[in-house]
Amino acid sequence: MANLEINFAGIKSPNPFWLASGPPTNSGYQIMKAFEQGWGGAVWKTLGVPVVNVSSRYGAINHRGNKVVGFNNIELITDRRLCDNLREMEEVKKYFPKHAVIASLMVQTKKEWQQIVRDAQNAGADGIELNFGCPHGMCERGMGSAVGQEPEVLETIARWVMEVATIPVIVKLTPNISDITEPAQAARRAGANAISLINTIQSLVGVDIDKFVTYPIVENHSSNGGYCGPAVKPIALNMVKNCSQHPLVQLPISGIGGIENWRDAVEFILLGASSLQVCTAVMHYGFGIIRDMTSGLEQYMDSHGFATIDQFVGKALPNVKPWEELNLKYSVKASIDEEKCIGCQLCYIACEDGAHQAIDLNEDKNNRTPRINEDNCVGCNLCSLICPVENCITMVRKDDGKQHLTWKQRTDSNNVPTTFNDELAGGLSHEVRKPMDAFKK
Amino acid sequence: MAESKNPNPMQDIERRFPQIKPLMNNSEAYYESSRCLFCYNAPCMLACPTSIDIPLFIRQINNGNLTGAAKTIYQSNYLGNTCGKVCPTEVLCEGACVFTKVNIKALEIGRLQNFATDNAITTHQKFFETPESNGKSVAVIGAGPAGISCACELRSAGYTVDIYEAKNNPSGLALHGVAPYKITNREALMEVEFLREQFGFNIFYNKRIVTKEELDALDARYDAVFLGIGLGNSAEIKIKGEEKLNCVGATEFIEQIKTCPVEKPMAKKVIVLGGGNTAMDAASESARLGAEKVIVAYRRAKSEMKAYYFEYDLAQVTGVEGLFNVAPIEIMGKNEVAGVKFIRTETVDGKLRNIPGSEFVLECGLVIKATGQLKQTSVIAKVKGIDMDEIGRISVNLETGQTGNPKYFAGGDAVNGGAEVVNATAAGKLAGKGIQEFLSKSGQ
Ligand SMILES: Cc1cc2nc3c(=O)[nH]c(=O)nc-3n(C[C@H](O)[C@H](O)[C@H](O)COP(=O)(O)OP(=O)(O)OC[C@H]3O[C@@H](n4cnc5c(N)ncnc54)[C@H](O)[C@@H]3O)c2cc1C
Ligand SMILES: Cc1cc2nc3c(=O)[nH]c(=O)nc-3n(C[C@H](O)[C@H](O)[C@H](O)COP(=O)(O)O)c2cc1C
Ligand code: SF4
Ligand code: SF4
Ligand code: SF4
Repeated sequence: MANLEINFAGIKSPNPFWLASGPPTNSGYQIMKAFEQGWGGAVWKTLGVPVVNVSSRYGAINHRGNKVVGFNNIELITDRRLCDNLREMEEVKKYFPKHAVIASLMVQTKKEWQQIVRDAQNAGADGIELNFGCPHGMCERGMGSAVGQEPEVLETIARWVMEVATIPVIVKLTPNISDITEPAQAARRAGANAISLINTIQSLVGVDIDKFVTYPIVENHSSNGGYCGPAVKPIALNMVKNCSQHPLVQLPISGIGGIENWRDAVEFILLGASSLQVCTAVMHYGFGIIRDMTSGLEQYMDSHGFATIDQFVGKALPNVKPWEELNLKYSVKASIDEEKCIGCQLCYIACEDGAHQAIDLNEDKNNRTPRINEDNCVGCNLCSLICPVENCITMVRKDDGKQHLTWKQRTDSNNVPTTFNDELAGGLSHEVRKPMDAFKK
Repeated sequence: MAESKNPNPMQDIERRFPQIKPLMNNSEAYYESSRCLFCYNAPCMLACPTSIDIPLFIRQINNGNLTGAAKTIYQSNYLGNTCGKVCPTEVLCEGACVFTKVNIKALEIGRLQNFATDNAITTHQKFFETPESNGKSVAVIGAGPAGISCACELRSAGYTVDIYEAKNNPSGLALHGVAPYKITNREALMEVEFLREQFGFNIFYNKRIVTKEELDALDARYDAVFLGIGLGNSAEIKIKGEEKLNCVGATEFIEQIKTCPVEKPMAKKVIVLGGGNTAMDAASESARLGAEKVIVAYRRAKSEMKAYYFEYDLAQVTGVEGLFNVAPIEIMGKNEVAGVKFIRTETVDGKLRNIPGSEFVLECGLVIKATGQLKQTSVIAKVKGIDMDEIGRISVNLETGQTGNPKYFAGGDAVNGGAEVVNATAAGKLAGKGIQEFLSKSGQ
């Protein structure tokens, strides 16, 4: 049986699923409830000088019947008094000594930082997370992402914290930066024990096209917010991978961003995360999703023979390479399973209008199954991604697997296109129709 | 003051016959429209007799452009709302939806169509411009789906259109025939009113055109004439006792319950003769009106019924029983119907024959004859040059709706012998185009 326990930079937790700092961790009440339902840890809603929030606060992207595929907020850190939070933190730790309680913190001066770190430690926190990520409201006051975007400032503050910290310190990174590994390296230099990422992405979630104001609306105005939820997962995955692969980072990573099921969790782990944090999915579905997450993760680990999480942390990393190291000789072509095809012809129009004109309709109008023209198929995947039927279009390997040639190798042997009209242009290998053919019926 | 014993009879009928395709609410429409794949060259659209761009209007609903969706529908089908409710979608668009190929429920195209058009109608949107009169005028005989559709098409090209309708209401069988649980009278009438507001055709009610003189007068006054006269009364079965009280034709029975609802109590036992959709409707409606036993008696085997399987299912759900391979030979009773004498039949070498000595009598208080409708041959025959086929259907050029007399066009049940509202609508529009082409060519 898989063992889900983790020891993340010294923070122990019965499973890798933590609530990310946010509305679900606003109070001891919520965290106790979550632990009781199976969550392994919780990062307390960021503590600091309490704020005053606006109403309304959230906006969302819906996509064809799916609600909240992307979520946006203009909320700030906790609006509750520090003393109340700390009292509740103590109580939670008393009832759940084996669960991970992490205090997320955000203040300004050195004095404030060191004071609040001590307070959190006294309340029994198992770890500290430095919120250098919030991309709205707090950054204008020189906190949050204003810190996360300045590696030097980040490093200075993290050092202040390390001077007094007796428990592990996690630095939470903002994605609102062009190279995520820079603040990650700064955290490492400052002696932090781990990093967590990503915080929310600065965003405008949409515009009310009748009232001419962006969402969420506060009276007649709005403000930029932070974006999260399922839509941000790919961005988070990439940043996690960048930090994992960087030789000067080498810190445990708590993966955050769009996680809502065990599969998302496994993906983060495979790219180097060794604990996981969830905010939006809980705001959407409640704490109950944890049961599916833990059972799915166990199932996955059992089926792959992983006894502990450690055994597969970063397992996909060696396979994520720079583009120039990919094998140019590898070749797949689309293949349609006629038995499964339902004749929607979406693959046809996608390839015809949006790719390489490699799919033909059947001359017999009664046969709605399209045909792949293998000569023109470049193996881009588009049709197989679009086909609504499971496993109906598959990408079938066509090369013999014996040849290996990368762009890097081709460059080294002067075998790459170098001029605008170079005969080595990749596009010469497949037919491109003449412009006037557009009018042919 | 005494309480009114007789509330609005139309409300009464709406209460007795809840809609089987009720109007969607906004959430239903949103989630249902979200499912559409936006197929290329979509099979649903290919299966629609009016070729509505279904994936487009569903996407418009999904993206919050309800007006655009209604416009898309009306551009192809002037009776988009009625069709959304009454079309046999199971064998048309929904039957062709790709989802059925993977055993996933087809998109509810009819109800989505109804949703979009209902919004346009109830908010009195106007999206058709009628150009200035081009000086030409066309008479349309019959304000059924075919006639209305033809009128809209002609009005949108600037023709003056006068519709002559025998009854005091428009919509033809869509109002008087279609089962009340498919569409309410109010809905059917509202759509025609919506179209009249958009297009401004004239309807003259209670004007049955029957005599040679009436026809000649139209001929003299109009540049072209469209015949959208549908079919006639229910056919007789020509057996003994047919003239008895409570032996009625199905279309007459249905028209009665839809327009002057239930004066006298429903008979306890009802026998419906026939095996088509009208028989199923008449049987379902009898059952829903309180008949305790309703039998549909058909001469041939169950598998040979012309009714759609879902119509038979629907009838069975209301408690209707099917009786197959039985032919009626006499309506029993004194003045009033008391029963039907049947003889059993069998098919031998592809021929149906009675089994001698197998007669039996079933008691009942009402016999409904649903063995087809007569053609209106007497009217048609009065116009020179119009040809009919051997069963009395008007012969037309299928591309233009033009009859043997070039000035006369026809479409709908009168031409196809009885199909669906959507076919009549398509034919009316087609003939509208045909008339335009004829009048612009002939230089008349
Ligand atoms: C019982 C029954 C149930 C049906 N159920 C459905 C259904 O569920 N779904 C569906 O799609 N279709 C259904 N249909 C078929 C559908 O109603 C018809 O196909 C459609 O209405 C035909 O349209 P039309 O315009 O050709 O003829 P009609 O609808 O018959 O309209 C003809 C009009 O012309 C008028 N008229 C006739 N003669 C003259 C004259 N000499 N002068 C002036 N006016 C005249 C009539 O009064 C009538 O208003 C049903 C039909 C019946 C009988
Ligand atoms: C309403 C809201 C408030 C948040 N508040 C905080 C906060 O106080 N401190 C913090 O570090 N992150 C905060 N976050 C960011 C989340 O902890 C998390 O990093 C982000 O939402 C991405 O994860 P998700 O996709 O699972 O939501 C907040 C997010 C939301 C939606
Ligand atoms: S997308 Fe899939 S189901 Fe649709 S036509 Fe292509 S192969 Fe068939
Ligand atoms: S893989 Fe790409 S190029 Fe090949 S058929 Fe599919 S869409 Fe076209
Ligand atoms: S066939 Fe079905 S899924 Fe495809 S466009 Fe039509 S309604 Fe949508």
